[in-house]
Amino acid sequence: MRKRNLIPIIYILFLMLPIYWLVAMSFKTTNEILSGFSLFPQTFTWDNYVTIFTDPSWYLTYVNSILYVSINTVISICVALPAAYAFSRYRFLGDKTLFFWLLTNRMAPAAVFVLPFFQLYSAVGLFDTHIAVALAHCLFNIPLAVWILEGFMSGVPKELDETAYVDGYSFPRFFTTIFLPSIKAGVGVAAFFCFMFSWVELLLAKNLTAVEAKPIAAAMTKTASSAGYELGLLAAAGTLTIIPGAIVVYFVRNYIAKGFALGRV
Amino acid sequence: MKTQNQKAWFFVLPVLLLVAFNALIPMMTVVNYSVQETFGNNIFFWEGVRWFEELLNSDRFHAALGRQFLFTGIILAIEIPLGIAIALAMPRSGPWVPVCLVLMALPMLIPWNVVGAMWNIFALPDIGLLGYFMNTTLGIDYDMTQNPFAAWATIITMDVWHWTSLVVLLSYAGLVSIPDAYYQAAKIDGASSWSVFRYIQLPKMKQVLTIAILLRFMDSFNIYTEVFVMTGGGPGNSTTFLSIDLVKIALGQFDLGPAAAMSLIYFAITLLVSWLFYTLMTKDDAK
Repeated sequence: MRKRNLIPIIYILFLMLPIYWLVAMSFKTTNEILSGFSLFPQTFTWDNYVTIFTDPSWYLTYVNSILYVSINTVISICVALPAAYAFSRYRFLGDKTLFFWLLTNRMAPAAVFVLPFFQLYSAVGLFDTHIAVALAHCLFNIPLAVWILEGFMSGVPKELDETAYVDGYSFPRFFTTIFLPSIKAGVGVAAFFCFMFSWVELLLAKNLTAVEAKPIAAAMTKTASSAGYELGLLAAAGTLTIIPGAIVVYFVRNYIAKGFALGRV
Repeated sequence: MKTQNQKAWFFVLPVLLLVAFNALIPMMTVVNYSVQETFGNNIFFWEGVRWFEELLNSDRFHAALGRQFLFTGIILAIEIPLGIAIALAMPRSGPWVPVCLVLMALPMLIPWNVVGAMWNIFALPDIGLLGYFMNTTLGIDYDMTQNPFAAWATIITMDVWHWTSLVVLLSYAGLVSIPDAYYQAAKIDGASSWSVFRYIQLPKMKQVLTIAILLRFMDSFNIYTEVFVMTGGGPGNSTTFLSIDLVKIALGQFDLGPAAAMSLIYFAITLLVSWLFYTLMTKDDAK
């Protein structure tokens, strides 16, 4: 092994330490946690996980999170696909301005939007629904999805479109049977990013929901403060929130580097 | 060459409607609040630019803005060079590459308040791994709820842990796109590893680094959830960054007018600095 391989190894160890601590804590009993420092769980227990999977006020929040994240991903990709195609293939009045304006929404501090969003979604009667959170997250995810897809689509030569038209393909048929398969890596990466930002965001998700659509992350903060400090339970809930991300990232592992470069290398 | 086609607007329309619904209506609400005073019950009084004047002259805002710039500056100064260094040291191919990438991406896929809670547990002085190590093994008096310096150090370490991988992955994507021929040419010329970095790798990474710096600037400038969970802005006001202060004013004190004025100024600063970065970093390309 060469010496310079040590740098990534040390870095990954540094990344894993806090995660290990969270996972280790989730397998400890409350007694053990409160009695003092221990590097490994002394009395290994599944109790914290059992509590979460048997109490609906816990596991339903988990379902809620997955629901609104999925709805958001589907909406974002569906509307971003045609828009990205337009930006990558055509010039039209105000295209550059529009593209830049879309991106400015990615820069807006979520804290700015908390109160107006609450009022807006209350006014249209969507407060505390999954669709409200999904739509709110579109503000950040659609610009990003358009940006990524545009990058991938620009990599597909325009001759492909022209050949298809000459062969007599209609636009919808060309788009779904020829064009989409040729950028499927891009679609996967864009979906991954939508999933990721919707999954990790909490400020908007928490303030747009009360009971029916409460995300797991919000349930965590509440239980942690009301029951004193149930660190074991908190750690178990936290560990469970890592799993969906780990599964999704596994599927896009070969495109992840290119995806983070937004398709622009 | 792109073709001129105004019908493309129909393709963009759904995006436009959705984003406009989410961006324009709330933004108009904010602008509306920023020039008025309210005592509840939907009764409003015209105040003009009073909130803006008060805010721009308030020590509290200056302090939060100063802390925010200091924090973002430190974050960029650590994460960008560190990310490049790690990307340079990574293997270019082989079975370990996807494993490395997935493990490195993991911190970015954890909900932000879980990141905060995780670091809280990690840093607990008596039973956290980091806190125990600092206090017992090294004998340093470390408690981020008491000591502002410890709070800053922990939050910065947390952010480095959370987001350096973004810079690594972007730089790495730039690096693997460099054809082998470039390195062979450099070898024939007898170039040192520094000049390979300076004249081949860095220019090739420029575009992805622009994205990295922009994203890291925006996100660290807007940081809220992690810090809120870890310190709540304390001890005292030492880690009260702009977003934390804003939420305190808007939802804590319910001062809608001042909060709205602050939102607009905050957003304007983010836009302005992002635009400056972008223009500075891409100005050579235009020539």
